[in-house]
Amino acid sequence: MSVVSAQRTRRVAGLAGLLGTAVLLVAGKAATAPATHRIVLATPSTPPQAGPAPGRPTPSAQHAGSTRHTARPAAPAAPRTVLGQPENNPYGVVQVKVTLVGRRITDVRAVQLPSGGRSGEIAAYAVPRLRSEVLAAQSASIDSVSGASYTSEGYARSVQSALDAAPR
Amino acid sequence: MGTVISLDVRGGLPGTGVAAALDAAESVLHDADAMFSTYRDDSWISRLARRDVRPAQLPAEVLEVLAICAEVESLTDGLFSARWRGDGTLDPTGLVKGWAADRASRVLTEHGLPDHCVNAAGDVVLGGRPGADRSWRIGIADPRSPGALLGAVDPAALDDARAVATSGVAERGLHIRDPRDGRRADGVLSATVVGADPAVADGLATALVVAGAAAPGLLDRWRGRGWTGCLLGADGTLSDPDRILRPVATSHPNNS
Repeated sequence: MSVVSAQRTRRVAGLAGLLGTAVLLVAGKAATAPATHRIVLATPSTPPQAGPAPGRPTPSAQHAGSTRHTARPAAPAAPRTVLGQPENNPYGVVQVKVTLVGRRITDVRAVQLPSGGRSGEIAAYAVPRLRSEVLAAQSASIDSVSGASYTSEGYARSVQSALDAAPR
Repeated sequence: MGTVISLDVRGGLPGTGVAAALDAAESVLHDADAMFSTYRDDSWISRLARRDVRPAQLPAEVLEVLAICAEVESLTDGLFSARWRGDGTLDPTGLVKGWAADRASRVLTEHGLPDHCVNAAGDVVLGGRPGADRSWRIGIADPRSPGALLGAVDPAALDDARAVATSGVAERGLHIRDPRDGRRADGVLSATVVGADPAVADGLATALVVAGAAAPGLLDRWRGRGWTGCLLGADGTLSDPDRILRPVATSHPNNS
């Protein structure tokens, strides 16, 4: 974990929790036992409020589901694309769509991103990086990736919601 | 903590058991955030920094984390320190993620889900196995290239290690600083530590990044004492003395 300089800390806090690794792989992997994946967003980006904190995952994104049972398809499955929930972060809306073949994620694309200013810059940088990491890890049969990288809370939640919504 | 944490659990439980276990693990993570987040004015750590609370009033978990910080400071000759801000305050940020992920992992096991992978923003804590016939395979990110991996490690083959912690000099204005003099660390792009204790692993990885050119020597001191790891230097040199990195195919059938 990076030990960040004091001066930078407040800015990073506001950037929708950009430290982190999006590891959104497992639902796409067939396993012999059920597998469940949940994304947790550990800090609100703004001070605690009376209502749900902005950093908390919305119920739909959190885990609409589910323990996924993992019988392999008998024949090669056609690709299907599932749209994730649009997710708010303090800088705008993030929404992704996920393409799956069987239970493998084969593509992740942003449908909506915060634009303009630093958030747009970050989104433009972070999204391709996240997509690359997700796909690289999938293709290499890696279970998880260790390493500092940027992620977007909204992106992670939107991908999770797409995975949860994907038809079996 | 401002981080995204991913919980991957294998195996099922009757009824709502899995959801309940995940809820409990998530609750522990949010508790850790409430205690340690420097982004929150009401965290114990922030209150301690404002001298709003005396050490004797701190909850056991905070004292435990501060004690681990002291232990890692000693192991690293001060390259890791909770006093890295240099203003007399204590900030355990450098190992809190590993500690929190460890707690979440233990909660999952207690709730009947011993086979899991917790990834706290790049610090990975493992339990059991992903499937009957294989062990967890953890990629190590190559910080120079989005989506690229330096390789993959098999912690089960490394003394059944539970923790894979990677620290690095991130882009965009985040810098790891040397607690001893406040200077920006350079020389090491990424350091990975593999071993038994996730909080300590997190701290050791941070210390390796601070160590810069001295990192390989520091890693050598810990190898054979239950730790191993690898380093990517700023000059592109990969240091992997125990050969823990396995090659990763760029395209591979999904056969997990």
